Amino acid sequence: MYVAVKGGEAAIANAHRLLADRRRGDRDVPALTLEQITGQLALAVDRVMAEGSLYDPDLAAMAVRQSRGDMIEAIFLLRAYRTTLARFGNSRPIDTAKMRIERRVSATYKDIPGGQLLGPTFDYTHRLIDPAMAGDEPVDEPLRRAREDERRAPRVTDILNDEGLIERDVLSDEEPGDLTRDPTAFPADRDVRLQALARGDEGFLLSLGYSTQRGYGRTHPFVGEIRIGLVDVEIDVPELGFAVSLGQVRVTECQMVSQFTGGGEEGAKFTRGYGLVFGQSERKAMAMSLVDRALRADEFDEQRLAPAQDEEFVLAHCDNVQATGFVEHLKLPHYVDFQAELDLLRTLNTAKAKNDEMREAAE
Amino acid sequence: MTLPEYNFAYLDEQTKRMIRRSILKGIAIPGYQVPFASREMPMPYGWGTGGVQVTAAILGPDDVLKVIDQGADDTTNAVSIRAFFAKTANVATTTKTADATVIQTRHRIPEAPLSAGQVIVYQVPIPEPLRFLEPRETETRVIHGLEEYGLIHVKLYEDIAQHGHIATTYAYPVKVEDRYVMDPSPIPKFDNPKMNGSPALQLFGAGREKRIYALPPFTHVVSLDFEDHPFEVQKFKQPCALCNATGVYLDEVVTDDRGSRMYVCSDTDHCETRREEGHRGPGLPISGAQTVKEDAA
Amino acid sequence: MTSPILSVRDLERRYGDFIGCTDISFDVWPGEVVAIVGESGSGKTTLLNCISGRLDRSSGSIRYNMRDGRFPDLADLSEAERRFLMRTDWGFVHQNPADGLRMRVSAGANVGERLMAIGDRHYGEIRHTATEWLGRVEIAGDRIDDKPVAFSGGMRQRLQIARNLVTRPRLIFMDEPTGGLDVSVQARVLDLLRGLVSDLGLAVVIVTHDLAVARLLSQRMIVMKSGRIVETGLTDRVLDDPHHPYTQLLVASILES
Repeated sequence: MYVAVKGGEAAIANAHRLLADRRRGDRDVPALTLEQITGQLALAVDRVMAEGSLYDPDLAAMAVRQSRGDMIEAIFLLRAYRTTLARFGNSRPIDTAKMRIERRVSATYKDIPGGQLLGPTFDYTHRLIDPAMAGDEPVDEPLRRAREDERRAPRVTDILNDEGLIERDVLSDEEPGDLTRDPTAFPADRDVRLQALARGDEGFLLSLGYSTQRGYGRTHPFVGEIRIGLVDVEIDVPELGFAVSLGQVRVTECQMVSQFTGGGEEGAKFTRGYGLVFGQSERKAMAMSLVDRALRADEFDEQRLAPAQDEEFVLAHCDNVQATGFVEHLKLPHYVDFQAELDLLRTLNTAKAKNDEMREAAE
Repeated sequence: MTLPEYNFAYLDEQTKRMIRRSILKGIAIPGYQVPFASREMPMPYGWGTGGVQVTAAILGPDDVLKVIDQGADDTTNAVSIRAFFAKTANVATTTKTADATVIQTRHRIPEAPLSAGQVIVYQVPIPEPLRFLEPRETETRVIHGLEEYGLIHVKLYEDIAQHGHIATTYAYPVKVEDRYVMDPSPIPKFDNPKMNGSPALQLFGAGREKRIYALPPFTHVVSLDFEDHPFEVQKFKQPCALCNATGVYLDEVVTDDRGSRMYVCSDTDHCETRREEGHRGPGLPISGAQTVKEDAA
Repeated sequence: MTSPILSVRDLERRYGDFIGCTDISFDVWPGEVVAIVGESGSGKTTLLNCISGRLDRSSGSIRYNMRDGRFPDLADLSEAERRFLMRTDWGFVHQNPADGLRMRVSAGANVGERLMAIGDRHYGEIRHTATEWLGRVEIAGDRIDDKPVAFSGGMRQRLQIARNLVTRPRLIFMDEPTGGLDVSVQARVLDLLRGLVSDLGLAVVIVTHDLAVARLLSQRMIVMKSGRIVETGLTDRVLDDPHHPYTQLLVASILES
């Protein structure tokens, strides 16, 4: 006799129990600590904070651990928590010109005021798996430069800006849009687009940025500057009448100097593509700046033909939490709709068989 | 480090107010897709985040919640969502359609007619009925605004030209109060007529796509068709093997590896209720029916 | 009828400092075919797009004589009214048929779409009308369920024409309708167009760089150069006795080639 499958509840509980077991792994091996994750898998934690759009290294480390290292799952955990948080206010715009710089490179100038600083980069490592990684070999202390508070490191785009060679950086006191609080309407403004890109999937943006370099929406980019370091987050307190610091966050900023735009009264100028992400992630910041510039096609009367220039396409698909949900939901039961399709297919085939029969009989 | 805490029914009160405003707007303009600031939910997009947000926004402590997926109360996702609200809102839950004040559903409308005072919340993956004909939001909004619905009939025309039938079997588009063309969510078209003139309030939530829409009680809902190819629902040749019901939607169950099949109610509550009332289908043994609980894990 | 169907006055369209077209005034009368000729860059396509409501103008007026007797400026119509005009009372034949057809939808649905857009809901009647129109543009009835991707260039163009005419419009805009076709195919399409235009009494504004097309189809001609009208007149007069030096050059170059 047929018995309908029951016991969804028990199945779920058992699955969760098994998941917890696999997550923990061999009990004879010590569990990962959050300090280990934030300290030794810092770039994973950074990515989770950036795409989870919540700056909290400890929670991000917990999420990485809870997700067994599945980054999108960890990002999802952080997002689902972030959405429940109350808003106390908006910070002032962070000032990256005053960043405590750990790394800073420019591809447009040989040397720049404040100097080029390689910082902790993989760039010139040889990608040979290091036998030392199998164990816990001693690691040398890094060299530290003396802290020079007075040393100015102006942003490269500010240098171009002062000379009038790049589109003007317009200061605005307007409240930026918030796509987590308001539904996105198209066409979207640049503030909303940048917000979407900042929390967009690194891989998706990387591929889109890459596509612009290969001719699908070329922007002729130069890396004006990439800088990574700590910036103050300040908030205005009306009762006090001045801004107070809430602390510091590490960010990566990429300013891409792109295709100049022609003449008019103002003369020819380079245009900007902008990337800013939480933590250390040059790849993401660079890709973001390429895509930001490509999406500004209308502003510069450029034809919109490539995917990276298509605002609806990019914004609707850059979010990996949305994307993974909709792709993966296909594994949920769909048997009711499938039944309807089966039924139709059988009807169509029966009709065809009948037709064929009649035709044969006629012949 | 502070550890997370959560509000009644998970969402904070500000968010609920925002969602309720969108619901009210949707009720005021039946069939119109109201954009809303969909939140990230603790279940993945595609698992019913839109429906869950709508339910969270309307749920009160006295509500009795029923959750179904594919018509069944015991499918894993239905169980999971029901458990979510039992935990975060501590509301009473039920599998009985008649006892529920709020019913959240994916892919079905219960067989038993809904009554005044009940709310049914549909989970919607793609709220835009024109999306697969016109991918651009900017364009589809103009089409709805100006009622330029020729395109959707092109699709139906093509179906008939190619197959001799309108070949849309689920998510079959409807016209609401002779104004907006609306996606009824991926329910089989069998369920479409139940939407028309229902005394219950019908709410639709699409989380990923950030849209809410609604059908107030007793709204006129018509499935699109041609005069000479009128809308028809699926008909099943046999009754439910368990409860002998006819005129209901049946699931086809493959019972062995030789291709044997039986057909049973997709609405599990309807089927159980009928069996309790003494209805017996040909698939039940003669002596004493029993529902065996099996551990599926 | 005593008034024009379309009346254009002092029309200008700029792109920043660049002039697309300027100082344009002319009327189109019911049943009349007006050709706008000029070389590429002369502003004729800009002009066509402006008067057909596909491109915003910078200044000037464009008035249309509605079926209900009103004679409003297009800018004063609501978007709903404008779009309704475009799918009922007007037609637009693109140079490239792919721009005016749904390439992945059957020929029957391509023709039937406008009927469904204005509320026809009888499949059999829509199909019957579509078959009839396919016949009028010399496409065999048994191709009704084929998609335009399977059609030759000439057939696609004839299908685009049928798709536009099915709602019995009063005014058709055409942008180089034979421009993308082989010479042998051009003649057939032109012949067909000439027959349909006179049978249906259509008013047509046609943009072409091909004076032979203008001579065959149009009664009146507008010659454009650098965004301005340099000469207008009856087609035969302009071609046989061009007044403006530029027109003389244009006519001479055709005769020489």
